[in-house]
Amino acid sequence: MDNIILIGLNHKTASVDIRECLAFNADESRDALCELRGLAAIDEAMLFSTCNRVELLLTAKDTEQGIFEAKTFLARFKNIDLNAFESALYLHQGDAAVRHIFRVAASLDSMMVGEPQILGQVKAAYRSATEQKTSGVILNRLLHRTFFVAKRIRSETGIGDHAVSISYAAIELGRKIFGDLTGKKVLLIGAGEMAELAVEHLIRHKSREIYVANRTFQRGVELAKKYQGSAIRFEEINDFLSQVDIVISSTGAQGFVIEKAQVKGVMRSRRNRPIFFIDIAVPRDIDPKTNSLNNVYVYDIDDLKDIVDENIEDRQREAVKAERIIDEAIIQFGQWMDSLNVVPTIKALRAKINGVAKSEIQRTLQQMEHLKPEDQKAIERMTHALVNKILHDPTHYLKSNGCQGDRANFLDVTRKLFKLDE
Amino acid sequence: MQILFVLAVLCYMLSSAGYFAYLIIQRDVLQQIGFIMLAVGMACQSVLLLWAFADTGHMPVNNLHETLALVAWALVGAYLALHARLRVKVLGVYVAPLAAFVMFVASQFPKDHLQPQNLLKGFWLVVHIITIFLGYAGFALACGVGTLYLIQEHGIKRKSRGFFFSRLPSLDLLDSTGYACVVIGFTMLTIGLVTGMVYGKNVWGRFWGWDPKEVWSAITWIFYAALLHERLTVGWRGRRAAIMAIVGFGVLLFTFLGVNFLLKGHHGQFTRW
Repeated sequence: MDNIILIGLNHKTASVDIRECLAFNADESRDALCELRGLAAIDEAMLFSTCNRVELLLTAKDTEQGIFEAKTFLARFKNIDLNAFESALYLHQGDAAVRHIFRVAASLDSMMVGEPQILGQVKAAYRSATEQKTSGVILNRLLHRTFFVAKRIRSETGIGDHAVSISYAAIELGRKIFGDLTGKKVLLIGAGEMAELAVEHLIRHKSREIYVANRTFQRGVELAKKYQGSAIRFEEINDFLSQVDIVISSTGAQGFVIEKAQVKGVMRSRRNRPIFFIDIAVPRDIDPKTNSLNNVYVYDIDDLKDIVDENIEDRQREAVKAERIIDEAIIQFGQWMDSLNVVPTIKALRAKINGVAKSEIQRTLQQMEHLKPEDQKAIERMTHALVNKILHDPTHYLKSNGCQGDRANFLDVTRKLFKLDE
Repeated sequence: MQILFVLAVLCYMLSSAGYFAYLIIQRDVLQQIGFIMLAVGMACQSVLLLWAFADTGHMPVNNLHETLALVAWALVGAYLALHARLRVKVLGVYVAPLAAFVMFVASQFPKDHLQPQNLLKGFWLVVHIITIFLGYAGFALACGVGTLYLIQEHGIKRKSRGFFFSRLPSLDLLDSTGYACVVIGFTMLTIGLVTGMVYGKNVWGRFWGWDPKEVWSAITWIFYAALLHERLTVGWRGRRAAIMAIVGFGVLLFTFLGVNFLLKGHHGQFTRW
């Protein structure tokens, strides 16, 4: 399987200024694939470009030539001197290339291990390769295996479990407290960037009403407009504490904005419904002692950071399991690739037909015991001759250059037609 | 018939194994196996109960063996019913082993009847027994859910999310499930006590006799009534409600078994062996 080649660069090998010079948008990818199709040394090709990586997955009979053409193609298409980025390129062949594409799709090679978008991006890249007809038997099979492996890793390991951002960790906690965040009321105090992110997550979870309290009322009104919520005055916070379920605070205030006694006071009018304080401010806005009240949960930035760190560690542990799944898949794919060689296919084909002939002779001769040994020999000879004659042309065709460079395809068809893989 | 009993115990044990495996490796199919095993075990027991009822014409609560078996039956039945509305799958980890344990204890006591009493006949009595047992099962579930709540709440409060954080459902679901269990338990207990009094009137000519069993039943009823009242008026929910559900179950256990062993009074034949 040495004819599978992967050339590319990613966030680990290339700085962002190189990556952005080489990135392909959707239209460019299409044109690039068209051009790749025209290159003589390259049989199949797929181009994969995201903000963190640009990769070319190829098959080529003459690998040296294929690699050379691919590199010069990148330089030519993007109008950059090859020397400017050649040192950032990595090159994988055979097993290593297969492993690389598996790891990329399973999000093991991502900047944030386990992030889910990458699989969709690989799928899109493959789709445009099929549309441009630059993928053939090998890449089709390889990519289908890739999707299968990536899905298996996602379902069998915890690589995508748990939040790895502060705002998402807060949402996850909220779900453990409230179950469903639909219809929950949110109070946003102050306007930090992280708080806004958390609010956006909450909106995605269909939180219903959003109130914004800001020292400068004008800014509060602007924010409220952005989230289709309503602005309240800073002095009204206490009144709203008895209504809202989630409070996100990120003011620049020096002292506490919300004190324990204040929360204790509203719990009775809340009839002890739980309330969740997310304190993203430094210095903190909410008295940490508030957490000791029943049905009140206070998480500050450090608590959330601890959760995120823990989750990242978890993901790294799960990545080890994922590598094992990939090892398995590489072996399986290697077996399939081996079967695409001419000799084993012809051998398997002969074995299959000979097997059929042999069992049929046996059956026939059993019913014709009156035949003399010479007659029996003659029948056997005739059958062998028949098998050889029938197989002569297909064997010759598969061995010769009649397949016109698309031998893998014909071998694959042969194996399927005669069910040689069962 | 013995074979059905053994089968039920086996089912509950398999179910426990399924739920524990589910707790650890979180594959949904394990939980489904556990659930099906519970249902099969319960079906076996139901056949046994009907058989005994058809055979003798009264509820099979004549000795400790039969009484405990009925406890397990009611517990599993209540869980299966609860499951239809509020899915706290992980609660099976509490229900299945408890049912298996109760059945195992039951199997350790002789199963022959001790002079079946004609006192145990009649419509009011059948209703009394079934509702009381279902009520007890509801409170047992409330105790289990309360325990899960306390574990989950502890983890969230301490900000140390351990083994259970991802495995237990949200606090809100646990709290409302616990509440539902108490409501069901309380309703059943109330019906059970009323039918018991009606029955007492029929047999002994009085509604109330200050028997220890009656007194403690009333104490249990008042305890849960107070719990519900506080929840509805001032919103006793969450941690406090969970603790009260657990304490309440302690009181209930004393009413059920403690009174019989320590204080005597009527209802004694339930727990003889």
